[in-house]
Order: sequence, then C-alpha cells, then structure tokens
Amino acid sequence: MLAKRIIPCLDVKEGRVVKGIHFEDIKDVGDPVELAKRYEQEGADELVFLDITASYEQREIMIHVAEKVAEVLTIPFTVGGGIGSAEHVSKLLKAGADKASINTQAVLNPNLVSELAEKFGSQCVVVAIDVKRTWDRITHRSYWEVFINGGRTPTGKDAILWAQQVEKLGAGEILLTSMDTDGTQSGYDISLTRKIAEKVNIPVIASGGAGKLEHLAAVLQEGKADAALVASLFHYRYSTIPEAKTFLKKRGIPVRTED
Amino acid sequence: MIAIVDYGIGNLHSVSKALQRLGKETVITKERDTLLQAKAVVLPGVGSFGEAMDNLEKMDLVGALRDMYLEGRPILGICLGLQLFFERSQESPRKKGLTFLSGEVRKLPPTAKIPHIGWNRVYFKRVTPFTQEIPQGRFFYFANSFYVIPEDETCVVGICNYNVVIPAVVNTDNLWGVQFHPEKSAQWGMKFLENWVKSLPA
Repeated sequence: MLAKRIIPCLDVKEGRVVKGIHFEDIKDVGDPVELAKRYEQEGADELVFLDITASYEQREIMIHVAEKVAEVLTIPFTVGGGIGSAEHVSKLLKAGADKASINTQAVLNPNLVSELAEKFGSQCVVVAIDVKRTWDRITHRSYWEVFINGGRTPTGKDAILWAQQVEKLGAGEILLTSMDTDGTQSGYDISLTRKIAEKVNIPVIASGGAGKLEHLAAVLQEGKADAALVASLFHYRYSTIPEAKTFLKKRGIPVRTED
Repeated sequence: MIAIVDYGIGNLHSVSKALQRLGKETVITKERDTLLQAKAVVLPGVGSFGEAMDNLEKMDLVGALRDMYLEGRPILGICLGLQLFFERSQESPRKKGLTFLSGEVRKLPPTAKIPHIGWNRVYFKRVTPFTQEIPQGRFFYFANSFYVIPEDETCVVGICNYNVVIPAVVNTDNLWGVQFHPEKSAQWGMKFLENWVKSLPA
C-alpha cells in the first residue's frame, strides 16, 4: 500500500520563493534550493514548485531553478505554472524535474495532455485543476466550475467531468485546488476532493486550505486524497512535517516514516 | 566511468547527479562507442517501452547493450529500464524488448489507482550485497503503470504490494533492475545506489 504523501508547495517568482494568500498579497520567504533541501530533510515526500512569474521571458529562470534543485534533492519534484508545450516540459524534465503540471493550457488545448503522456509517460503529467463553487444561472443549481489563468477566468467547465476527461487523455495525477478554501487556512474542500477522488482512477493531490494538522487528516481520510499539498502551514512554521507525520500516523493514516 | 543511456527524453540529470555524489564519473550518452567504453551502464526509466526501444534501435545501441550484458558488465535498469530487460510489454505489444530475461511486462490491474505513484514499502526475499544495510519494509519512490512478470521468479530479490505483488528488485548475474527510482528515494534509495556502486570494478 502506498503512503499518503505530504507535499510542500513553493510558489516561485523570478527565482525566489513567495506565498500568495488568496492568489494575491505576496511575501518573500526564501531561496528555493535551501527551502527544498530543508523540506527534504524534514521528511517531505515530494515537492511542487509553482512558477508564478508573470512574463514569458523570465520563465527560463524556473528551468535554472529546477537544475539547481535537482542537484541537491533526492526526492521527486514537480514544476508547474505557465507550461504550454512539449518543448517546455522537455526542458524542465531534462533540467531534473520529475513531473510537469499543466493547468490553463490543458483546458485551452486538451491534446497537449495526451501529447505529453505519449511522449514522456503519464507519470510525468500532472493536470492542475482550479475549482470554485459557482451558481449556474440557467439550471439554477450550483456546480464546481473550472477556472484558468491563475483563477481569473471562469471556463463554464464542470470540474468532475474535466477531471474524468484529463484521466482519459493520459494525465498521471490531478492537482486539485479549491479556490474557495485556498488561502483561508480553514481546511481543504473535503466534499470536492472526495467527489473527484471517487470519480477518477488516478491519484488526486488535494490543495487549498490547510491551516492545521486535522485538516490534513480530514482530506486524506474523508476526502480520499492520495496526497496533501501544503504551503503556509509549513512555510510559516505553524507546524512541521515531522509533527504532521506523527499526527497522521496516530490517526492510522499510512505515511512514510523511517521506522 | 558509468554510462547513462540517453533515449532522448526525460530526466537523466537526477541519476547522474546521484552517482556523482557517490564519487563516480558519469556520462550521459547516445553514442555506441562511448557506451562500449563504460565500466557499467544505467538504463534509466523515462518514456514508454515502445519509444525507448525505437530510440535504442535508431541509435544502434541494442546490440551494444547485449554484448555488454553477455560480457558481464554491470547493467542497472531503473523503472522502464528494468522493464526493457524483458521480452515484451503490454504497453507496446508489437515491440520486442532487450530480451535479457524471459518474461513480460503487464499493465497493473485497475483494482488500485494507476499510475502507482508514491512511496511503497519494499521487502527483500533474500539478502544480497546490494540490499545490505537496507532493513525490510523501507519506503522507496515508485512511478509506474506497468510491472514485470519474470518467467523465472528466482531473479526477484525484492517486492512491494499494490493489490498485486510487484517485483521491485530483480537480479541475475551482472543485471540489476529496480522498479522504483533509487535516485528519488531519499536515504534508502541512495543506499541502494551506494551498494551498487561499491560492487563495480574499480
């Protein structure tokens, strides 16, 4: 049986790690290489680097960051943010990243998902889905809507159907972010995560809302997530990874520890 | 010098860095001559079975690898690299593998999530120099949708459980294969590589 994974997420802007609260309001918390190594030493199972650099030209910096990180890391890491072509993914993988996460471009060009899966294997392809509970004015009911462009653009797509579609296209994992809970530290969106985890047969990484260790336990148990993405909770040292693992283990959740 | 075979796709940097940290010189290569000069070979685990074999054929490396295997030079296959040792794979049914070992590669049954991505415990069926100082049940990082089914099960040194029993470490003679990624498996993965490196001729 696989251990449930704890994955710190580092937002990177122009080569430096920052953390956005509600996708805005950014604080600088450090150097990606140092942070990566520290999280590995603490027992992180994997890392995600999300490139939030605005301009296309400065995206090259992230490839350089991936190279530097790969030199020190002995756990896997994913790079996401602004990825739109197989060439870009190839550069990241060659730099030492294990997986690439695509979001907006997967929605705009779903064939990209299958292209990447065929070329690099499904295990390299993470599709990130940003979701917000939305009221449908036509059917008069609410649904989980997919947003793109860093949460700025609604797509009208149903998140559950989209998750099933990306699985068919060859995605290896889904990185599911609830925009309703992201940055609130009030807990993951359990019902959204569970719904999607039950509807697909690929691993689901839950993201958005971790504020205390109970939240991790809830999303990995009731939410049926295979992994939990964590940012501020660890970045600001409210909790540490060893604390999280000890806590989860006591709850009977299988986690990777050294005994 | 350890040669890491470059299929032209994916992450080779990490394996190379890990071996360098262990004090070994490495070369990432597509060249037959460079490969033939190497003391040991790593077949890394990127891409699909069919594409990897296509590329090995195009680069004229299939024969070279076979010669090296028969000569007794150490070869380590990682993930897909291990799968390539076998005759065929359900991933690319028409493509012939390297056929160093009898048996086939099958898709994992859909009774659990596929790909099998994450950390799983590895148990050893016997003690070998390569598994020295690695206790039973340590976690290693896997990322696979397929698994090997050797005809002769005695080559299976270590296994993990994922609704099916997945051979995780395979060995016969100079051939070593791991379904996990040692270069991504933190301290125990590095220990495995260290043991392999120690066994290499100076």
